[in-house]
This record gives sequence, structure tokens and C-alpha cells, in this order.
Amino acid sequence: MQRYVLKRFGSLILSLFVASLVIFTVIEIAPGDPASFMLGINAQPETLAALRAELGLDQSKLQRYIAWVGGMLTGDFGTSYTYRTPVSEMVADRIGVSIPLALYALTLSITIAIPAGVYAAARRGTAPDLAVLGATQMGVAIPNFWFAMMLVLVFAIQWRVFPAGGFPGWGNGFAAGLKALTLPAIALALPQAAILTRVMRSALLDVLGEDYMRTARAKGLTARQTLWRHGLRNAMIPVLTIVGLQFSFLFAGTIIIEQVFYLPGLGRLIFQSISARDLIVVESVVMLVVFGVILINFIVDLAYAAVDPRLRDRT
Amino acid sequence: MSRPLILGALLSAGFIMMALLSLVWTPYDHTLLDIPNKLQPPGGAHLLGTDHLGRDILSMVMIGARTSIAVALVALAVGLTFGVPLGLAAAARKGSWLDEVIMRGNDIIFAFPLLVMAILITAVFGPSAVNAIIAFGLFNIPVFARVTRGAALPLWEREFIMAARVAGKGASRISVEHILPNVLNLLIVQGTIQFALGIQVEAALSFVGLGVQPPTPSLGRMLADAQTLVTLAPHLAIVPGVAIILIVLGLNLLGDGLRDTLDPRLRRRPA
Repeated sequence: MQRYVLKRFGSLILSLFVASLVIFTVIEIAPGDPASFMLGINAQPETLAALRAELGLDQSKLQRYIAWVGGMLTGDFGTSYTYRTPVSEMVADRIGVSIPLALYALTLSITIAIPAGVYAAARRGTAPDLAVLGATQMGVAIPNFWFAMMLVLVFAIQWRVFPAGGFPGWGNGFAAGLKALTLPAIALALPQAAILTRVMRSALLDVLGEDYMRTARAKGLTARQTLWRHGLRNAMIPVLTIVGLQFSFLFAGTIIIEQVFYLPGLGRLIFQSISARDLIVVESVVMLVVFGVILINFIVDLAYAAVDPRLRDRT
Repeated sequence: MSRPLILGALLSAGFIMMALLSLVWTPYDHTLLDIPNKLQPPGGAHLLGTDHLGRDILSMVMIGARTSIAVALVALAVGLTFGVPLGLAAAARKGSWLDEVIMRGNDIIFAFPLLVMAILITAVFGPSAVNAIIAFGLFNIPVFARVTRGAALPLWEREFIMAARVAGKGASRISVEHILPNVLNLLIVQGTIQFALGIQVEAALSFVGLGVQPPTPSLGRMLADAQTLVTLAPHLAIVPGVAIILIVLGLNLLGDGLRDTLDPRLRRRPA
């Protein structure tokens, strides 16, 4: 186990290092000089030079890379060109929207998918099973941002039960915050719930054919008892892996959904910074999102190995 | 042939034909602004209605579908061109440093959230169809490398490969002449799945303004324009959305159906 953890940790560090290199390089070769963009075309050369020095643009690429990574490691994500605020403060404000939204969507996805998958597997080949499978095909094909618009049309505009967008902030009560995140979370959860239902169904079908299931029936358990006590528990291993992966999908997916609902999360921060060409913010926020996703995948791998010892020897 | 396969094939073929048709004919000129006839509901002179500038929605959907299909197809070609040779090479030299480098490189690309990288690339280099293709094409490379390697590895243990080796063929010749034809089925199935994913990614990027630029119609862009008008004219959002759903549904059904037909033992990767 120790060896496995070390190996996975090594690849975590390597992934983060390569990710930081890629992001830094992409931002470096971006056309346009940030300093002249900020000051406009009429800027005096001296002012421009002063700003370039202030932003560290006169240093070598290597120096800038080291300074950026070093800063990220110590919690200093740089300062926004446009807002003149530390990026860490901007991120701290917005992460309180993006992470709860992803968690909310994940909860919905699991709540829908596990019963639906078990229901379909237990009735394999029957009309209800085919109905569930058909629904999952639709669920996978529907773009979540389009589904979001339809939800707004029905639940916010027609029936007025949920807000069409915006976020009141957690300071105005947990319920109000949750209400504002409900439609976005449903929109995000739909395709993931469809995928998870299919995984749950096929994992359970695999398990149902196992010898120990027949043994369980032979010793006198009912079909229902066998399914819940032995079937579900064993089928949960692949399901949990996908759940872990889905969290990182959902976290990245919030970027688009936040646009539809005007939610002040990390995604909106990225887009606002893109249109302002505030590249320091783009660079640091993208790195943070990638870091989050890689970290989640790492944790999922470890959790998986803890549950299933066979995997520790995997190469 | 299963029913999903037929339905998938019909849907996919229908949209591809519609996209091809748009090269030579659309019901109206999509650049033609007809403000007096704006926001017409479906039916009448405009089968699917008109948008806020009076443009014919059916014409825009036809061209939009063409744009999405073209972007997804080129990204697919990028993935195949680089991914398949890498996967073949990795399998031919299993356990070597080459295999190690290819597979670790794949792990790293996989670890990046696709959408985040696509946004980064299109944001920095400017929003355009070409940059959307590069972003998604890069992501396709490890997908195909992995599928090819996974399918090729067990083949290397088989007798007919042994026979080819005894006959004096080199690893690269065996890969092309014997391994590749045997993994082709799998590549076709994975190809339809990545094609469908490409349509969705293109739509998402265009929706946030990072894909194809106006005046070229794109399904995602039409949805973005519809966002503020959806209460006045819901068909503006419904029509392009349904078009995306049908294309993706068709390709997914086709992929699933082909998988079951070509190789019943094969299971689709769940995510």
C-alpha cells in the first residue's frame, strides 16, 4: 500500500508540474503585452516600462515561472491587473459558490442514479429497464447549458418557484443560497446522473452473475435481500470510482453553468478576466481548478485502493 | 441489426446529409436580415421560424450543424492521426521507456479537465473554430492512444502475430499489417463516441463565445443569442438545442449499436 501511495503521489506531483508548465507557456505565448493593454495606446514609454517592471515582465521567463509557482505554493496568487486586488481574495470570494454548487450537483446525481440503476438492473430486459436506458441516452445527449435554459424557462419564468439567476450570498441565509443553486445543480447533475445510472446498472448486472449471489440465494435469502446485502455492496466499487471522477467533471462544468445563471463563481471570474485580458487571474485560477481536479482524482485513487486491495499491485 | 443501431445510423446520416446539403442549398440566405419578420414562430414561410434579426432558423441550423460536425470531425482526425500510431508503438514495445513515456504523457493530458483547457487555449489565442479544434484534438490523442494500446496488447500474444514475426516482419510492419486491422472495430466505436463528444464541446465553447465566430452560424452560438429572448420566443432556444441533442443521440446510439454488432464482448468505458 505504501509503495502504491508513493507512486501515485509521485505522479500527482509530476502532473501538477507539467500542468503548471503548460499553463505558464500558454499564457506566455499569448499575443499582446499586458502592460500596454492596461495603459492603452497613448501610454508614455517610461510609464509602460515602469509598469512592466512592477508586473515583473522585464525579468526572464524562468524567473517569472519560479516566482509564479513559488507564489502559488505560499498562497500568493499574484495581483489582478484590472482590479488591483490580490487574486487569492477574489478566489476566496468565489470558491464559496463553485464548490457548493459542484457538491450539490454530485448529491443530486447520486440520489437519482443509484436507485434508478438498481431498479433497472433488477428488471433487466423488461420495459422499465429499457425506459431507464432510453432516459439515460437522452440524459447523456442533452447539453447541460441548454437544459439549464429550459429549467429557467419553466421553473423561474413560468412557475416562478426558483430564481432565474444570481446569488444572494451565504450571508443571507443558507436556504436562500441553496435555492439559488438548485436549478444550476439540477442542470449540472443531469448528464452525470445518466452516466452514473448506466454504471450502477451494469456494475450490478456483473455482480448478479457471480457465484456468491447464487450461494446467498441457496442459503435461503430472498431475491431482494440478496440484491441489497450482497449485490449492491460489491457493485459499489466501480460506482464509487465514477462518483469521484464526476466530482471533478462537475467542478469543471460549473464554469459554463455559472454563465447561464450569472453566478459569481470561479467560472465567471475566469471569463471576466479573459475579456479584460487580466491574464494573471486567468493563469492562477485555471491552475487552481486543474490542481483541484488532479487532487480529487488522486484522492479517489487512494480511496479506491483502500477499498480494493487488488489494485495496489496494479502497475 | 438492432433497433438503436438503425435509429442512430438514420439520425447521424440525416444530419450529415443536411450539413452537406447546406453547402449548396439552404431555404433562405442566413445572412439576410429581415427585421419586419423577426421572431416568427415555427410554421408558415419559415419552417422553424425566424430569430431576432429575422434570419431563417432552419437555414442557420443546417449551417450550424455543418460547423459543429466539421469541428468535431477535424478534431477526431487529429486524435486518430497522432493517437493511433502512439498507441501502436506503445503496444509494440510494451514496458519499454517509449511505452512508459507515452502512457505517462497520456495520464497527464487526461488529468486536465477538457473544458478548462479548451477555454484556456481559445481564450489566449483568440476564439475561433481552429482553436476549438486544436483544444479538442489534443484531448482526443490520449483517448485513441489508450484504446489502441489496450486493444493491441493482447493481440501481440496471439499465434498469427508470432507467425508474422517468424516470417521476419518487423514490429512496425506487423503493427500496420496485422494489429491495425484488428483494432479497427474498436477505433470506429470510440470514434463515434468522440465525435459526439466533439459536437457537445463545440456547442459549449460557442455558447460561451469561444468557438466559431459570427456571422458563421453555430448551434451553441444560437443558444447564447437565444438566452435573453427565450421568454419572447422559446423556439429560438428549443430548435438549436433539439438539433444538438439529436446529433449527439444519433452518434451515441450508432456507437453503442456498432459496439454490440462488431464485438459483443466489448464494453463501453463508462465515463
